Amino acid sequence: MASYTISVNGNSLAVDSRDPDQPLLYVLRNSLGLTGAKFGCGLGQCGACTVIVDGEATRSCQMPVAAAVGRKITTIEGLGAPDKPHPVQAAFIAEQAAQCGYCTNGMVMTSTALLARNGKPTLGEAKEALAGNLCRCGTHQRILRAVMRVAGRVAP
Amino acid sequence: MTALLSRRTLIKSGGAMIVGLSLSGRGLAQVLPAAEAALGKTVDAGELDGFFAVHENNSVTLFCGKVDLGQGLRIAIRQMAAEELGIGVDRIAMVEGDTALTPDQGATAGSSGIMRGGVQIRQAAATAREALIRLAAERLGQPAEALEAVNGEVRPKAGGKGVGYGALIGNKRFGLKLDAKAPLKDPGTYVVVGKPLPRPDVPEKVTGHHTYVHDLKVPGMLHGRILRPPSIGAKIIEVDEASIRNIPGAQVVRLNDFLGVVAEEEWDAVQAARTLKARWSESATLIGHDGVRDWMRAGPFMADEGLTKKGDAGASLAGAAQRVSGTYYWPLHTHGSMGPSCAVADVRDGKATIWSASQATHRLRLTLAKILTLQPENVRVIYLDGAGCYGMNGHDDASADAALLSKALSRPVRVQWMREDEHGWDPKGPPQLLALEAALGADGRIAAWRTEMWIPKATAGLPNIPLLGPAEAGIAQVQGISTGLISQNAGPMSYNVPNVEVVVHWLKDSPLRPSNIRAPGKIANCFAVEGFVDELAAAAKRDPVEFRLDGLSDPRGIEVLKRTAALLGWKPRPSPGPGGLGRGIAYVHYKNNETYVAIGMEAEVDRASGAIRVHRIACAHDCGLVINPDALRQQIEGNILQTLSRTLFEEVTFDRARVTSVDWASYPILTFPDVPAVLIEVIDRPREPPLGAGEAATTPVPAALANAIFDATGARLRNVPFTPERMKQALARGAA
Ligand code: FES
Ligand code: FES
Repeated sequence: MASYTISVNGNSLAVDSRDPDQPLLYVLRNSLGLTGAKFGCGLGQCGACTVIVDGEATRSCQMPVAAAVGRKITTIEGLGAPDKPHPVQAAFIAEQAAQCGYCTNGMVMTSTALLARNGKPTLGEAKEALAGNLCRCGTHQRILRAVMRVAGRVAP
Repeated sequence: MTALLSRRTLIKSGGAMIVGLSLSGRGLAQVLPAAEAALGKTVDAGELDGFFAVHENNSVTLFCGKVDLGQGLRIAIRQMAAEELGIGVDRIAMVEGDTALTPDQGATAGSSGIMRGGVQIRQAAATAREALIRLAAERLGQPAEALEAVNGEVRPKAGGKGVGYGALIGNKRFGLKLDAKAPLKDPGTYVVVGKPLPRPDVPEKVTGHHTYVHDLKVPGMLHGRILRPPSIGAKIIEVDEASIRNIPGAQVVRLNDFLGVVAEEEWDAVQAARTLKARWSESATLIGHDGVRDWMRAGPFMADEGLTKKGDAGASLAGAAQRVSGTYYWPLHTHGSMGPSCAVADVRDGKATIWSASQATHRLRLTLAKILTLQPENVRVIYLDGAGCYGMNGHDDASADAALLSKALSRPVRVQWMREDEHGWDPKGPPQLLALEAALGADGRIAAWRTEMWIPKATAGLPNIPLLGPAEAGIAQVQGISTGLISQNAGPMSYNVPNVEVVVHWLKDSPLRPSNIRAPGKIANCFAVEGFVDELAAAAKRDPVEFRLDGLSDPRGIEVLKRTAALLGWKPRPSPGPGGLGRGIAYVHYKNNETYVAIGMEAEVDRASGAIRVHRIACAHDCGLVINPDALRQQIEGNILQTLSRTLFEEVTFDRARVTSVDWASYPILTFPDVPAVLIEVIDRPREPPLGAGEAATTPVPAALANAIFDATGARLRNVPFTPERMKQALARGAA
């Protein structure tokens, strides 16, 4: 059993993993109890597992724990909490941008990464950035409105 | 008035009785002891105590048999209760779908959440309010008529000191039957119902703090994965348990052809499932997705049935001058939940607790009791949120999987399906085939109409669809199929057609195990009927909106149609139009007696590639009394976008042995770049009963799109999905 030191939400944490290829998603959810990131497909197709790694929206189901060492990882729990939400989370709350909410982690994290590198995305840029994040409930419009709200643009 | 409620504040306000509806990062052990306090309460839906407990701190717990699957019942039903009870929504905590605590209000399906579940709870709340007023009348020595229940206290209408609900009955039982005659408030006085209150679960969902069944951890819990057969119906020949020897703690569980693995670590369970060597017999019993249409025409059939007979459609069609016909096909669909199904089961010492995202925990409890050979009273099923299911996805199956593994090992087991399990093995929406024929009269109206359809026949009285794990394990289950009510809305009932015949050829089976999927059957039927109405309007060279209005007499139907047309700035003219951007409209009176919806659409087709681009979608929606307009809008948005996805992209593919669309690449759905602008108008009718909204707005979507495409191109699409390939074929065939 090897130990890996990874930086999550500003904390340096040691986690054990028998398999260096264990995806970061399982480590976050099971070893660290950070269950905000969700298992949707395990195939890199849906975005439900998205975390931010060194500023980039990254699919934690596709990142081996060994590859996470030395990177700066932020999970949805690291952004804010129900009583103290991050501005992107606050916009999602204001727009009520979740139905079942299973995809929401990926939507929030992908939007946060987008808004960090481009504070004023257009609607088209937001759609492009979120193109790889699937939502089955059809919450798309509200998610886009939340992003536009943070961008200070008129909602679609 | 009500600030954003987090479920955490609800827990605090709700006193000690609140159960694991909000586990929120807390371990189960911290929550269950509090829940235990409420155990033993009645779950009788005829008893007021079944639904409500009033606590000494003036808070209320609402025990709700319907569950929030993402559709917003968690706020809407609370609003209905708060209004009648005369207490703030934030003083009501809600327990959902726990068989030990909540009455059986039936499955959360068929748009029944508000219409039946909420209405029943509203009546319970009115019963409770009257009881509280009676208690206060004694306490205050005033006649009941002089008192009112407001803000958690009963007080004299004339002013003066009141007495809080907690002081009147705190923590004691009402001991009363539900009073069907308890007076309901006048909608003109509503202060909570009709307000767009925010949903209490959203802050936790957008911060990663909401506990889904996928996130539940129970002490001593193992992780399990199931190895479903490589082809449907295949049998195990041999399992090489030594093949997972290198994975520490991994263990095989085999019950006949039910094969699972467990491990302490989830990733080890995944690895074990991938590594385990098993030999299976081959099986090739399926018809393949390409063969479905022919198979539906050929049978085997149960029976033919006439569903509607009005006038003499046969004679009228035979003698008609202008006849039109068209055949419409709807393929098999998966529910496509974003999270593969998951459940946690603890089956030990003759008792079982199963945490599940099932739509019907009470029904599942009886099913699991049989499977586990336990008495139902020793089985408890507790609802926890899953990924949206839109009908019966794999949640019940995963619950049985977890229960079988837990029983075999006498330890709690969490089973989460992998993506290929969900796509490959969730029960599927059944295929539908409709052949339509109609005649136009000299007056340009529909003179006669005949629908002939081929659909699977649901088994009457089936307690539960046969679940996968028990079937593989050789455990007896009642056999049969379930589809939901898929024959509704298959005729032109709204349009005053003098001669109508609707005939169904009931198929004995479906190509893959079926179940109910959102608005069962009605989407396909409305696709056919409203597409065909458009074909008739075009044949009559009349504007599609005017053509419909001409036949409609229900003022509520007329209003949604007119309002939808107005949202798109509709100008009357026949279809097809001049090319470029096309517009289409479709209408439904859901189940012919529920919600009214019209959908309008603007779409454009790239003739070279066959790509369809939807620009705008408009919807006017009348579901009677609106409980929460924002949650309602969200349901309408979801209905529309999900059905747009089903129409444009989706078809379950399968060969002779297995489902081949097993991930999001082989079963693509709508993505953000495909999302059009959606304009919604909600019509509130406070004096009308509240109707369902979880399904109705799905139904006109495919026809509205097909009609817009016809308007743009002159080509008619009658087969779903509207792939670029099909579009190109239709253009080659039918372009004007
Ligand atoms: S779970 Fe990682 S992309 Fe789907
Ligand atoms: S909100 Fe349910 S999948 Fe997006």
